[in-house]
Amino acid sequence: MVVVTAVAGAERAAGRGEDDPILRFEDVRLHFAGVRAIDGVTFTVGRHELFAIIGPNGSGKTSIFNVLSGVYRPQTGRVVFDGVDLVGRRPHTIAALGMARTFQNVELFGNLTVLDNLLLGRHHHIGYGPLAAIGWLGRARRAEIANRAAVEEIVDFLELERWRRMPVGLLPYGVQKRVELGRALAMEPKLLLLDEPVAGMNLEETEDMARFVLDIRDELDIPIVLVEHDMGLVMDLADRVLVVDFGQVVATGSPAEIPHHPDVVRAYLGGSASEPPGRAGPDGRGDPPRPGDDPRREDPR
Amino acid sequence: MTIPGRRTRLRGRPELHTSYASELALFDTRAKRVAVAGLLVGALALPFLLTDEVLQLLALCCVAAIGAIGLGLVTGYAGQVSLGHAFFLAVGAYTAAAISGDPDGRVIGFGVTNIAVWLPAAGLVAGLAGVLVAPLATRLRGLYLAIVTLGLVFIGQHVFSEWSALTGGAGVGRPAATLEFFGQPIAATGPFGTRDQKLYWLMLLLLLGFALAAANLARSKVGRAFTAIRDRDIAAGVIGVNLARYKTIAFAVSSAYAGCAGALLYTVTGFFDPGSFSLLLSVQYIAMVLIGGAGTISGAIAGAFFITLLPRFTRELQAWVPFLSAQPNEVPNVFQVETILYGVLLVVFLIFEPRGLFGLWVRVRNYWKAWPFSY
Repeated sequence: MVVVTAVAGAERAAGRGEDDPILRFEDVRLHFAGVRAIDGVTFTVGRHELFAIIGPNGSGKTSIFNVLSGVYRPQTGRVVFDGVDLVGRRPHTIAALGMARTFQNVELFGNLTVLDNLLLGRHHHIGYGPLAAIGWLGRARRAEIANRAAVEEIVDFLELERWRRMPVGLLPYGVQKRVELGRALAMEPKLLLLDEPVAGMNLEETEDMARFVLDIRDELDIPIVLVEHDMGLVMDLADRVLVVDFGQVVATGSPAEIPHHPDVVRAYLGGSASEPPGRAGPDGRGDPPRPGDDPRREDPR
Repeated sequence: MTIPGRRTRLRGRPELHTSYASELALFDTRAKRVAVAGLLVGALALPFLLTDEVLQLLALCCVAAIGAIGLGLVTGYAGQVSLGHAFFLAVGAYTAAAISGDPDGRVIGFGVTNIAVWLPAAGLVAGLAGVLVAPLATRLRGLYLAIVTLGLVFIGQHVFSEWSALTGGAGVGRPAATLEFFGQPIAATGPFGTRDQKLYWLMLLLLLGFALAAANLARSKVGRAFTAIRDRDIAAGVIGVNLARYKTIAFAVSSAYAGCAGALLYTVTGFFDPGSFSLLLSVQYIAMVLIGGAGTISGAIAGAFFITLLPRFTRELQAWVPFLSAQPNEVPNVFQVETILYGVLLVVFLIFEPRGLFGLWVRVRNYWKAWPFSY
């Protein structure tokens, strides 16, 4: 069941103290042959926090997610999630510990209906084996009915009623993104990882998604790690922002201070590609920000 | 008006459910229940309408359908292409034949002729063989897995043709399992019907049981995990599906089905030799699944009937097409037509209706759903 608890803003602010974070990412290094995808990144996520990770393309944001969900295994470092070290664990065990994620490119099961996709999210909440399934009696039947009811709450929460029985492959892109969010929520996670939830969406879909993300944080009180290129969205929603570039931390701070942080400005607008901004000299040898350039805009160059 | 606590149905709204239990039912609409009941009654009545020769063929169809459902689970649902189905059929066939064989005979036999013993045993041994093969599937995907399971067929063929104490040896063979239920012969001509009538009823009922079990598995947590692995295995892992476990379950269940089918298959003809379990047999089962419609239980059954009845159909063709010969040494003959038709059908289905016979059914159904409008 989805427990709907509204948490007052003040209480959430108090929870931002980092005494007992839900996630500690400690000096993680992930190398592919010579490429340093993650090069000694450290951060923590609080139990009531909406934590955003931003950075130019190829800076290691998705690699961080893949380390968190067990798809990649880092060479060194520790990833402590709710008191458990995740390094070396397989994806399905990490999922069972309460980590849920969405993907940058929608990774839904296209031939299955919205309901089946959501029910798959509840996979480890359904506790019967193949023999019970063959009989479809007693426990298996009860479990299926109870979980069907649980999934209906997600349908209601994300306003997916119109599409329940549609194969997700036929749905519009924005709705698919929402179903994927629903599948992650169906897992009843302790931490939600959102990889570019509004990539490729139009303004209306983006605003819908922003509303759902805020609802998740405020009503369900699930901490969120958000990777996103839409700077407007990040600055509006996030409690704290981590900027990465070339697999290294450039800066961590509140949405108010990040756009003006000199290293961030250099990473996004200044330093040449061969000059990792974290290692650039204090004078900053790159081009100075041009007047009229919005530092919050992502520069694909 | 709805009355609380009572199951209510509105006329003309078959898809309006008032409880999750009715929504999740296997046959969730009245139309489906009526159609399935009608089909069942029709199938049970067939022995009174058809000759024994045709009934024997239909019994073979039912057994093939059990095997095809098994392959459908691992290949159609879980997406693990297996060319090794003939191997598991062989394991089941020899397990059953050995358990029920004559202890004093030429080949290994333990003399337990009860079907309640040798059928589950055949399923169990073949299922275990499947579990042993499953680790390959957790390492390999797609074509590579297909090639490795192909190796299984060749290993099996070699072992079975050499191990003549069990199999009777290549070109000789051994008797199949005995159809007997707690001392009572099941298929013997008597006052209640001929051997072939009883054989058909037995195989039909067994098919029904196996099909229901597979349908339940497919709509459960396990079936959903299978499809998740087929569609996107990395995402399946990340949402909590244990890939190794579910691939193993898929192979175990599929092989158990193959084992039972193998055990039953040769009881119809009564005798079999190791040459039967060649790559061609595997390919036939793949064809059943593909032509029937991958990822559906009813499709696998339809495909099995289609492929098994095809040779018989081409033989009938001879009466209508005068220049076709029934002699294998004349050209063109029915055997050539059969081989060509087989290949052409596979190609035509894959190009024009990849969802197979099931897809054709869906098209017909959707047409009549909207009739007389085009959509």
